[in-house]
Amino acid sequence: MNIVVCVKYVPDAQSERGFDASDNTTDRENVDGLLSELDEYAVEEALKLVEAGEGEVTVLTIGPEQAADAVKKALQMGADKGVHVSDAAISGSDAPATSLVLAEAIRKIGGADLVLTGMASTDGSMSVVPAMLAERLGLPQVTFASELTVDGDTVTIRRDGDAASETITASLPALVSVTDQINEPRYPSFKGIMAAKKKPVERWSLADLGIDSSQVGLGAAWTKVEDVTKRPPRQQGTIVPDEGDGGARLAEFLASQKFI
Amino acid sequence: MRLTEDHHAFRASVRRFVDVEVNPHADEWEAAGRFPAHELFPKAAAIGLLGLEYDPEYGGEGADHSYQLVAAEELGRMDSAGVGMAIGVQSMMATPSLHRFGTPEQKREFLAPAIAGESVTSIAVTEPDTGSDVSRLRTRAVRDGDDWVITGRKMYITNGTQADWVCLLARTSDEGGHKGMSQIIVPTDRPGFGVSRTLDKLGNRSSDTAELVLDEVRVPVANTIGEIGRGFQQQMEQFIIERMFAAYSTVGTCDKALERTRAFVHERSVFGGPLASKQYVTFRLAELQAQVELLRSHNLAVCEAYEAGEDITRLASVAKLTAGRLVREVADTCLQFHGGMGYLEETWTARLYRDVRLASIGGGADEVMLQVLARLDGLPA
Repeated sequence: MNIVVCVKYVPDAQSERGFDASDNTTDRENVDGLLSELDEYAVEEALKLVEAGEGEVTVLTIGPEQAADAVKKALQMGADKGVHVSDAAISGSDAPATSLVLAEAIRKIGGADLVLTGMASTDGSMSVVPAMLAERLGLPQVTFASELTVDGDTVTIRRDGDAASETITASLPALVSVTDQINEPRYPSFKGIMAAKKKPVERWSLADLGIDSSQVGLGAAWTKVEDVTKRPPRQQGTIVPDEGDGGARLAEFLASQKFI
Repeated sequence: MRLTEDHHAFRASVRRFVDVEVNPHADEWEAAGRFPAHELFPKAAAIGLLGLEYDPEYGGEGADHSYQLVAAEELGRMDSAGVGMAIGVQSMMATPSLHRFGTPEQKREFLAPAIAGESVTSIAVTEPDTGSDVSRLRTRAVRDGDDWVITGRKMYITNGTQADWVCLLARTSDEGGHKGMSQIIVPTDRPGFGVSRTLDKLGNRSSDTAELVLDEVRVPVANTIGEIGRGFQQQMEQFIIERMFAAYSTVGTCDKALERTRAFVHERSVFGGPLASKQYVTFRLAELQAQVELLRSHNLAVCEAYEAGEDITRLASVAKLTAGRLVREVADTCLQFHGGMGYLEETWTARLYRDVRLASIGGGADEVMLQVLARLDGLPA
């Protein structure tokens, strides 16, 4: 089974993240980036499926030069090959444009039996790209999988909701997004790190995919961030010494904040 | 020597291993006085931690020594020093002689499972009456046909209750002093092999350090590592590698303690401002970090010289001596800046303070390092 895993290079949530003042897009230049943690689950699931059977895992990303690091990390984990779509015109693209580029890249790869994604990116956190991508590729859209099994030409997932867990079956090829409950992603071994250096990574531009630059980027975005305000610094908390009435005062505080 | 992107990637993996597989269990293992080595070691092996420099034919990674430095630094950042020490014993203390001097048969039988994390190993040199002075060692292996019959006691043995085999140093002749010793692989399931007690220690409490008793334990002479009678010399080389582990891991321990204390002094408010507004506090932390940087640079020099095949006795002894003293000073200062809170067992500083005391004792006490260095300088010692 051949699997394409879509991954994103995101600003490290541990560092100071911000926006580019010139166009209010995410600042990707002045911050350390990494493979989105939520995408690691998708990579892991792909590796498990291929290890249990056969086929190969291709990891696909869109992003600037540094986004190659996300591909490299997935290759170090064990993916077989990488595709990095990079083009200055893509900068500022929204979810519809991102899904367009991903779809064309997957077509150029030659399609896949299964397309896997994370449940959301850790920067945009919109969770819409998987749905849009499935639509563009004409694939069954099976999202938020916390369990995944493939049997012959069907894929079955469990989706955990607030009230119930659903079991959903789709025919392959399909697109599945996975949650952070599905597995425990491996971390690269020494052998994995060394092996990744020899794995092939294709580098494609928009022209390679037959996409006109007017279809992507900030100009083609359906939404625009008008204004950005930095979150105010955290206020100093109030320390309440317990003089026998600690419980009551805690309840009072929670009630005043409408927590209870 | 400079570390590359590959080193950084491997460092990230080891850090994740520590964060995911060790730190969440640290309190539990500290309280229990042991950690489940047979469960943890296969996970360490999966990322290559137990055989970095070893021959791929036996499951090793075939890496150069610099990856061992990176791994040890990260193991030093553990919240439970006993576990890091146990991994260090497996990878840099109990197995180097076997890798270097062992036969292919020995390596297949004993080294490969150790690299895979299927076997847990110990280094059994120290005895109740002989600490750093290995020349006074009394455990004796008497030859009987194709077997050694071994009788004696071994003390302070890391992984002692969980080990599947130990790399044991015993007298195999009556020559006395440094002569007539051999390194022998002793499987712990042999009749006559026993653990007389586990040791209640000040620190490194997650490590099951034990006293071992051998009462006419019979093992094949074929289990001798290298040359019969050259055990002392081979063990001295193995000790050098142990010193490097101690020095490398200390850098990680100090880095993490200073990082945590820097964050704390920003948050902690005293006399109307953060503790970090006191110049004494910031200068002291900067001063200690500067010393850590010097040790880090020195360690890289040790690593480079070792890779080049040079005799690193002096460099490694300087590193071990410096590391032991520095990490104690760092732990003491970090605890001090946490005030009363730092003295509580619930604060990380208390455990660290207890753990690091070993750094000037284990793997050759400070005084032994000084003796080595004085002799190298031509002084009577």
